[in-house]
Order: sequence, then structure tokens, then C-alpha cells
Amino acid sequence: MNVPVEFYLVLSTLLFFIGVYGFIVRKNLIGILMSIELILNAVNINFVVFNRFLFPEKLEGYMYGLFVIIVAAAETTVAIAIIINVYRNMKNIDVDSIKELKN
Amino acid sequence: MEFLTAYLTANNIIFFILAAIILVFGFLSVTTTKILRAATYLFFVLFAIAGLYLLLSYEFIAAVQLSVYAGGIVVLLVFAILLVKNLGEETEKVSCQKKLVSAIAAISGVVISLVTLFGFGFQNNESADELTANVNMETIGQTLMGVDKYQYLLPFEAASVFLLACIIGSVVVATNLKKEDKK
Amino acid sequence: MDYTVLLLAIPFLMFLLLGLVGQKLGPKMAGILGTAGLSVVTVLAYYVAYSYFLNKGLTLNGVLESAVNGDGSWKALTSFNFTWLDLSNANRPDLRIEIGMLFDPISVMMLVVITTVSLMVHIYSIGYMHGEEGFERYYSILSLFSFAMLGLVVATNIFQMYIFWELVGVSSFLLIGFYYKKPSAVKAAKKAFIVTRFADMFFLVGILILSYYTKTFSFEQINGDHAALVHTTMGGLTFMGCSVTAIALTLIFLGGAGKSAMFPFQIWLPDAMEGPTPSSALIHAATMVVAGVYLVARLFPVYFFEATSVLTFIAYVGAFTSLFAALIACTQTDIKRVLAFSTISQIAYMMVALGVSGYASAHEAGLGFTASMWHLFTHAMFKALLFMCAGAIIHAVHSNEMDDMGNMRKYLPITHWTFLIACFAIAGIPPFSGFFSKDEILTAAFESNMIIYVCQAFVAGLTAFYMFRLYFRIFWYNEPTFHHTPHEAPKSMTIPLIVLAAFTCVGGFIPFSEFITAESIGYEIEMNTTIATISVVVALIGIAIATFMYKKQNEWPDKVTAIFKNFYVWAYHRFYIDEVYLFITNKIIFGIICTFIAWFDRHIIDGFMNLLAWTTNLVSDETKEVQSGSVQQYAWVFIMGVVTIVALALYL
Repeated sequence: MNVPVEFYLVLSTLLFFIGVYGFIVRKNLIGILMSIELILNAVNINFVVFNRFLFPEKLEGYMYGLFVIIVAAAETTVAIAIIINVYRNMKNIDVDSIKELKN
Repeated sequence: MEFLTAYLTANNIIFFILAAIILVFGFLSVTTTKILRAATYLFFVLFAIAGLYLLLSYEFIAAVQLSVYAGGIVVLLVFAILLVKNLGEETEKVSCQKKLVSAIAAISGVVISLVTLFGFGFQNNESADELTANVNMETIGQTLMGVDKYQYLLPFEAASVFLLACIIGSVVVATNLKKEDKK
Repeated sequence: MDYTVLLLAIPFLMFLLLGLVGQKLGPKMAGILGTAGLSVVTVLAYYVAYSYFLNKGLTLNGVLESAVNGDGSWKALTSFNFTWLDLSNANRPDLRIEIGMLFDPISVMMLVVITTVSLMVHIYSIGYMHGEEGFERYYSILSLFSFAMLGLVVATNIFQMYIFWELVGVSSFLLIGFYYKKPSAVKAAKKAFIVTRFADMFFLVGILILSYYTKTFSFEQINGDHAALVHTTMGGLTFMGCSVTAIALTLIFLGGAGKSAMFPFQIWLPDAMEGPTPSSALIHAATMVVAGVYLVARLFPVYFFEATSVLTFIAYVGAFTSLFAALIACTQTDIKRVLAFSTISQIAYMMVALGVSGYASAHEAGLGFTASMWHLFTHAMFKALLFMCAGAIIHAVHSNEMDDMGNMRKYLPITHWTFLIACFAIAGIPPFSGFFSKDEILTAAFESNMIIYVCQAFVAGLTAFYMFRLYFRIFWYNEPTFHHTPHEAPKSMTIPLIVLAAFTCVGGFIPFSEFITAESIGYEIEMNTTIATISVVVALIGIAIATFMYKKQNEWPDKVTAIFKNFYVWAYHRFYIDEVYLFITNKIIFGIICTFIAWFDRHIIDGFMNLLAWTTNLVSDETKEVQSGSVQQYAWVFIMGVVTIVALALYL
């Protein structure tokens, strides 16, 4: 007997909101980036699971999940480039030090 | 006993183990104060998710997840951490107020989502058994490279251009080009 | 409109022109423009006077109107009278404020006086104010003053007179405070304005009471037919035991008393000498200060027929003021102050003359009125002359004090002779004009009230004494050490002196009573030789005492001072009236009444404003945190927002 679909969905939900918590709480910029990875992965699980359980003969969710991985990789690259630049200018990567827009 | 045998199939056990790994390491990843450990825990989470994909009989995506995510991105993150880490820096301390506030957001989100989820009656698709779910590489290849309806050549090419742009962009952003050094 | 509107329009336009672009024109152009404008006005005024009095007809609006009525009395002609502010409605159909020009004997005479003296002052100022900073401003204010004073005298209704009254006060303020960098000048300007404004409050109440009952502002209606309108509407009314007419007229007189420096409002005039001397000549000697006298003369029928008690009151106030001022003038050492107190005294003479006057032209009962107006005419001429001579002397020695002057007749011949003529005139020596007008006043007083006559005769003697004291101290006495040799004033200053001296010589021979009487019927005056002899003798005694004491330096002034010791000190300090006023305003009004009001203003009104600002600041401080640069905060808000919207959408 298969695992019921709700379990996967609960898992992905929890993972998503763990990622949200991490995004808001983290002080380190790279920590925020890692939380974003968690969020993206949770979403990926969702896509793949829906594809598996609702439309097993099609590959829509599967392909979409593939593209999510690709895009996440690209975006992480750019984000790390930016973080390195921030480090050069601010000498640290606290999220408090990039509040130039404040007030 | 019947209950146990009904629920304690191998599938379920593996699922629960993987789920446990994911959740525990995910939670540790966001709450630990040392950043390198967070990267490590992230690695484990990604590994477990790949395992989850394998459980669903989607080998290709499991392989992609392992190679791109766990093998590429986490390595990238570790490099970045080591580049910007000051020796002897203090580990980050987060104020309790911030933790509380974030927890409120997360928990309220979880509650809403779960309430919606369980309010929706998912019907288990019994026809979705192993055989029909198996996708072989030929199908995947044709879907990825085909030009018919439900086939993904255009997004594939678009994704490749996008990757190119991101590579060039990050190289430009990260270049330490001072005006005197320009040749 | 008519050519007569130019009488008002030209000075007003000159005021605007010189006021707005005077700085660009430069002093020379400003002086020429101002003088030229006023010369045109003077010529016009003389033309009007000539037509009215000598040709007995005036061309107004293209029509030659006769200046005399059928019975030979002078007629009041109106050039124009348009409604400036119409406030009438069904309940009050007559409430209008009109502006117009009225030509009747006294207004035409005043036209001549004002324009002559003003023109002389304009010419004189070219020399006197040469090189002063603010020369253009001075000329523009002079034009404003001429405009206002002319408007006052030709007023057709009492409210127009009030409007121009205030305007005259404003120009006086501007001129007294002309040297605005000097604190004493600023203080004097404030004092003048506040005292006259305070008196004008009474004036306004008087106007309102009068107009409330008679339902009109117009002089023709109020004065017409021996003040019949006032009699019918206000005749029997009383308020707290006094007749309402008397109250209204007393209040109006108080307004006039403020402007004319009667006791107790006389405190501003000596201090007004801080202004430039030509302006003192124009405003505070010849024209503005007679506005109060003019006011009473204007409303004379009402005063005479409805409230004779007020006339008696006026006479006594005038008599007291003239004595008071003459006593102070005997002790002052600043030559301009002596002349200021002399002005107060002489204007009080005019008020006395009005107070003791009768009305009918037959049997010379209305002699007081004629004498008052005649004295106004002659006094304007010789007082302006005296001030201008004082200006020439101050110009030569650069000081106002008598101690810095002496034996000036060698250095300032023209000034010397004109000053002497004016002194004879004011002392009342024939054949100069002052003798005739003052003699008529004394005759009128003799025939109605002996106390006042004795008082005024004594004051005449005092006048002769202090004026010749002034003359001898300046032109004879000892020669002090001069900084540099005094030189005679330039031509622009001496020509007006000579012109005015000529007026003073011939002014006595004008047949004034043919033109100006209370009843508007001319008659011929016979001189009462007894009174005339007595007044000349009194004047000569005064001159003799002054000659004896002041021609050469001797010890007699100190002896006299020792006799009068305390009285001398009081007179020197102007009987301490200024200190009384300061005490009342500072200790009583400011100290007691105003402290609470000041506290209220500072704490409650200002406090309320501060509270508003503080609250805004507080709210802004609290809400500015929304715009932090923190991405995490934005993400948090985003998540919460999504959760809320989903909850609302799905479950509500």
C-alpha cells in the first residue's frame, strides 16, 4: 500500500514553513540563502508528488520540478556573487548592515 | 496487528525515515548558530529529498537533484561561506523577539495550510501503481526535447539561455574591477 | 469727474510713485517730482479759493455754480459724492459710506493753508534733507500726508473725515519715526500713534452715537437748518442723566483733543519733535494738529444749538491747556520743544475761541468762530516759519540745545529777520497778522467769559515772554564756541522763509470776517480798541522782561528760578504727566491686567500648538519603522498577509 498523498503534502508544507521561519530569523546572508533552498525544495516535492499521484501518465509536474532545480541553481549563483560583493563593501554579511533603505 | 501490517509496509517505513531526516535536519539547518553546520545539514536534507524522489520511482529527477543540488549548490554555498568567513568570528545570536515573531508567521502558515489540506478530500488514485508510474529515460528524453504539445524543448532552450545569463551576470557582479586596474 | 479731484489725486499718485520707484529715481528726481506735484495742487487750490471767495462762483462739473445763496450767505458746493461702501438693506436703507469733496468757506480756506505750507515745506526739504538717507521715502510720505489732510478738510461726511483722520495719523507716525534707527524716534512715533489712536476710539464712538440717531453721516444733513435733524432725532434723549447729544459731541471733541494735543493728550507732541524739522513744521505746527479745531468748527452748528455745555467745557479745557503749555515752554532749553509747547498753547487758543463763540453774525456774536479760524490761518503761517527758522539754525550749529547757540544774528541774517517777524506775530504786535487774530480771540472771550479772558490775556503775556526768551537766547546772548562757523542756509531753505514772512506781514489785513463766519454770512469787524491796547501792552511787558533777562547773560534768570524753585522744576519736567501715563500703562495695565492674558497666551495657546507638533512627531517616530530596509521584515509581512488573505478568502 502506498503512502497516502496527504503525508507527502504535510511533509512539504512543514518543510516550506521551516524554510520561511529560517528566512525571517536568520542573520547571516548565506543562512537566508539556505532557507530559500529549503523552500524551493518543498515546492519541488509538491510538484513531483502531484504529478505522481494525480497524473501518473503525464510528465507536467516532473518537468516543472526539473526546471525549478535548474533555476534554483542559477539563482543561487547570482546570489552568491552579490553576497561576495556585499562582503567586500561592508566587511561583514549581517543582514542588518545592508539596510541602506532605512527611513 | 492488522493495523500495523496495513500501515507498516516497507514503503511507509522508508518514507517515515526519510521524512524524519528531512524535517529534523531542516529544522536544525535553520536554527543552528554555526553557518558551516547549517550547510552540512542542508546537504543531508537534499540527500533525503533525492531519496524521496527515488521512493516515488522518479530516478532521473533523483539523479538530477543529487548532482545539481547536493553536489553543485551545496558545494557552492560552502565555498561562499569559507570565502566570507572571518576567523574567530562570533556565532550569530538572534534575539528572542525575532524568533518569536518568525515562529508566529511560520506556525500560522502551517495551520492555515494544514487546515486547507485536510479539508480537501484527496482520493487515492489506486490506478497509480508502480508500472504506470515508471518513466523510462526514452520518455523523458522525448518529452524534454520534443516540439509537440506537452513537450518541453522551448523551456529547455530558454533555461539554457537563462543559465548563460546568470553565469555571465555573476561573473560581472563578483569581479573586483577597480578603475585603476582596467586595462 | 471734475478737475477738483486732482486736488486729491495728484498727491496720492505722487505718494505711490515716489514710494514704489523712488529709490530708482534718486533724490534729485524725487524732490523735483514731489515739489512739482504739489505746486500744481497749490495752484489749483488758489484757483478754487479765488473763484469761490472773490468771484463768488466755482465751476464744478462744467457748470458755474454760485457760491452765495439768495440772502448773501456762503453756500457749500459739492463737487462729487460717490458711494464707496454700500451697506444698506431693507432695515437700514441709508447706511452708506461716501467719499466726496465739499467746498464751503472753512474748507476752501484750509485748502489754501495746507497747500501753501506744504509747498513751502517741500521746497525747504530739498535743502534741509539734502544727503539724508531715505530722501525719497520722506517725499513720498509728505505727499501721503498732503493727500490725507486735503481729504480730511474737503470731507462731505463725518466718516470720510474719520478715514482721512486715521491716514493723517499714519503719515504722522511714519514721519516722526523717519529716523527709524534712533530708538528715541521710534518710541516717540509709537507714543504719538497710540495716544492719538486712543483718542480716536472716543471719536469713533461719538460718530456712531451721532449717526445712529440721525441715520446719516453727511455734514450737510447734520448741520443743515441749525442742526434741525439732530434736534428732532436726539433732542430729548438722556442717558444716565446727561443728554445723549452732549455725550456724543463730547466724545467727538475728545477725538479732536487727541489730535490737537489738548490736555491730557498733549504728551505726544513734544516727543514728536524727533522727526525731521520740516515735517514738524508741516504736521505738528500748521496742519495736522489743527484737525481737532477743524472738526469742532465743522460741527459747530450742532455744538452751538444742541450742546452749549460742551462748548463751555471746550473753552475751559482750552484755557487750561494754553496756560499749562505756556508755563512749561518758559523753562525748556531745546528750541524745538519750546516751539512744540507754543503750538499746544496756540491751538488751545483756537479751541477757546470756538468755545466762547456765539452764532449770529449780526452784533458780532459769532466772533469767536471767525477769530478761531483766522488764528488758524495766521498761526499756520508763522508757526511753520518759526519751525523752518529753527531748522535753519539747527542746520547751522548741528544741535537743538539753546546752550550751543548765541549771537547768531551775525551769521544768519535772513533767518534772523524772518524769525523776528514771526516772534512779533506770535506775541501779538501790530501790524503783524498774529496781532489781529489773537486780538479778536481776546475780544470774543472778553464778551462772554471774564475768567477765560483774564487767563488768555495772561497766557498772551507768557507767550511774548518765552518767544522772546527763545529769540534772544539764539540771536543775542553770548557766543559759544562753535565747531565750525555757522553759515546761512542755502537758497532752497531761505526762500520759503521769506515767502512765509510775507504772508505773516499781510495776513492780518485779509477781511476774514467777510468770508468765514459761523453763520456763513459775512460782516465787517470793528476792532475793540480797549482790548487791543491791553493786549499790546501785555505783549510789550512780556517782551521787555525777556529783553531784560536774556539779551545779555546776567544772573536774573537764576534769581527767578530760585524764587520759583519747586515750581520751576515741575515745569521743567512738564509737570510729570508723562510719568503718570507710564505708571498707569506699565504698572497697572501691563502689570495687573495683562499678566494673566500673557500667561494664557504663552501656555495655553502656544502650548496647544506645541502639543500638536509633539503629537505629530511621536506618531511619525512610531510609524517610520514600517519603512525599515530589512528584507526579512518585508518577507514576514508578506507571509502574514498571504495567510490572512487565504484565511479570509476561504473561510469567511
